[in-house]
Amino acid sequence: MGTKTIENIEGQFEMFQILNENGEIVNKEAMPELSDEQLQELMHRMVYTRILDQRSISLNRQGRLGFYAPTAGQEASQLGSQYALDKEDWILPGYRDVPQIIWHGLPLYKAFLFSRGHFVGNQADGLNVLSPQIIIGAQITQTAGVALGLKKKGKKNVAITYTGDGGASQGDFYEGMNFAGAYAAPAIFVVQNNRFAISVPVEKQSAAKTIAQKAVAAGIQGVQVDGMDVLAVYKAVTDARERAINGEGPTLIETMTYRYGPHTMAGDDPTRYRSEDLDSEWEKKDPIVRFRKYLESKDLWNEEKENEVVAKAKEEIKAAIKKADGTPKQKVTDLISHMYEELPYNLREQYEQYSAKESK
Amino acid sequence: MAQMTMIQAITDAMRTELKNDENVLVFGEDVGQNGGVFRATEGLQKEFGEDRVFDTPLAESGIGGMAIGLALTGFRPVPEVQFFGFVYEVMDAISGQMARLRYRSGGSFHAPITVRSPFGGGVKTPELHADSLEGLMAQQPGLKVVIPSNPYDAKGLLISAIRDNDPVIFLEHMKLYRSFRQEVPEEEYTIEIGKAEVKREGTDITIVTYGAMVQASLKAAEELEKDGISAEVIDLRTVSPLDIDTIIGSVEKTNRAIVVQEAQKQAGIAANVVAEINDRAILSLEAPVLRVTAPDTVFAFSAAEDVWLPDHTDIIEKATQVVKF
Repeated sequence: MGTKTIENIEGQFEMFQILNENGEIVNKEAMPELSDEQLQELMHRMVYTRILDQRSISLNRQGRLGFYAPTAGQEASQLGSQYALDKEDWILPGYRDVPQIIWHGLPLYKAFLFSRGHFVGNQADGLNVLSPQIIIGAQITQTAGVALGLKKKGKKNVAITYTGDGGASQGDFYEGMNFAGAYAAPAIFVVQNNRFAISVPVEKQSAAKTIAQKAVAAGIQGVQVDGMDVLAVYKAVTDARERAINGEGPTLIETMTYRYGPHTMAGDDPTRYRSEDLDSEWEKKDPIVRFRKYLESKDLWNEEKENEVVAKAKEEIKAAIKKADGTPKQKVTDLISHMYEELPYNLREQYEQYSAKESK
Repeated sequence: MAQMTMIQAITDAMRTELKNDENVLVFGEDVGQNGGVFRATEGLQKEFGEDRVFDTPLAESGIGGMAIGLALTGFRPVPEVQFFGFVYEVMDAISGQMARLRYRSGGSFHAPITVRSPFGGGVKTPELHADSLEGLMAQQPGLKVVIPSNPYDAKGLLISAIRDNDPVIFLEHMKLYRSFRQEVPEEEYTIEIGKAEVKREGTDITIVTYGAMVQASLKAAEELEKDGISAEVIDLRTVSPLDIDTIIGSVEKTNRAIVVQEAQKQAGIAANVVAEINDRAILSLEAPVLRVTAPDTVFAFSAAEDVWLPDHTDIIEKATQVVKF
């Protein structure tokens, strides 16, 4: 191949798939060991999260939620990966990765408080989760650090982080992978390639044909996965996790997915940069539709089960909104109190000032 | 007691805390085998092992981000930014992330991180090594910014910084690293962060300063004494948060003040000190509070740095002006 090394590499990154668009197992030997109950639980979570997304969008439109980044289309990537984790594993999410931290234990009302810009939504209460990172890629170098810390403490746990295709352009993406690789730290870097960094298509973001191949330069494992296939995502993360805790270092996982909705609810209009043809092409790959077909063929799912999940989701969302509404109003003095362990003179003075202002 | 240079005192502080607390980790570019480009970590890897004192890949943002991750898992990281001019590469990790961790998480997490870094003029470095960027750091809520002026303070302040449960930016003036030795106790001791020290008492004017300008200010005070002007010199030691009581107490006594910093004039620590004096002691003042600083360029190319840097003659001139106002 002479000096044209890129040709040697790109061909090696074929998309890993287990369940195809029609709900058929196409890669039986890769099928993860999941019980019927676990398969049903995965479906439960995806259906629930789709409803949560729909309700969140409508609550946002009613002015009852704040910042919100829609998740529909990405359920398999988000929930299949989280489901492969141990409770003590760390999650360092990007701004769209709220579902993963909810399924890792964050109460729903806190997710709503995060959306409303209330600090109680960011309190982890002993969970190994950070609040969704706003700076693209900042969490990736932190993940290398959490992973190294887990290794130094002798824990059999991993740190997993999420970003999008846009995040793979950041310097921190390369630095995080490189650091974790250099220390053989138990980290998993998930890039949900939903094809657009807000509006810029992935083809215009990089000359690289895959994001997975970027692992090669860091000397770590890289895999491209069908991000609409919950079984493939689960399997890829399970394998990566296994290698990580065995001291075999980090893995980069690129999940090929699509967000059906806008970038966020703050005025983004995807019709300015995406065609209807592309939207419908991806909707045919829908993670829930194909998994439903698969489970129905195994007699593990039916309309009744689905309706139960939908009803449960709606009920819990309603209760969580009520709880969020009942949370005491956020005060500036609360914020002042959390700047330092002990307040310096300026904040002590300002605490008094705002205390007086807030008690009026 | 031992005679130590400031860099030896800094090494000694890290050794003390590496011994005291198994969660203390020291890392950065060249800090392991090589002992740091200034030898600040000399011998530490050998003594404490590569698990605790280690080299990093050459990427400042990665170092900052990794420090945060290590803090989240219970460590007390002491990363080094090889020269503080490189801080721009790690600004998000410092100001966007570690400074906000306690606040963002509503107290669920915090960042007991001490970022050590050499800075300061007078040693003819290439560009982006010597810049005084403490003003940038001091504007970030959530950080503490400490700048020692001598070996004794450096040890006590660095031990306090490492034990602090909030992030501390610990800036080490390169010119002071080996310029003089001082008696430094071999045992551990701390100096409280946020406390200034009156280095010289006086009655006519207060000189508020820090870092390498403490030596220049003391020299100026000696010369002013010959002209019959009694100057009090305050070494801030911590530039954020300020020790407001010491500053205001002194100004209320002398009724006059100047603020001396090596940094360029715009914004910055000196401007903040002037504003605080105006806020809190305006009626005690017999004259405006003036500043001695470098000009508002970025740090001088080394061929011009001797003129660019403020020195004791600039301090004498400004102090005299204020006293004769």
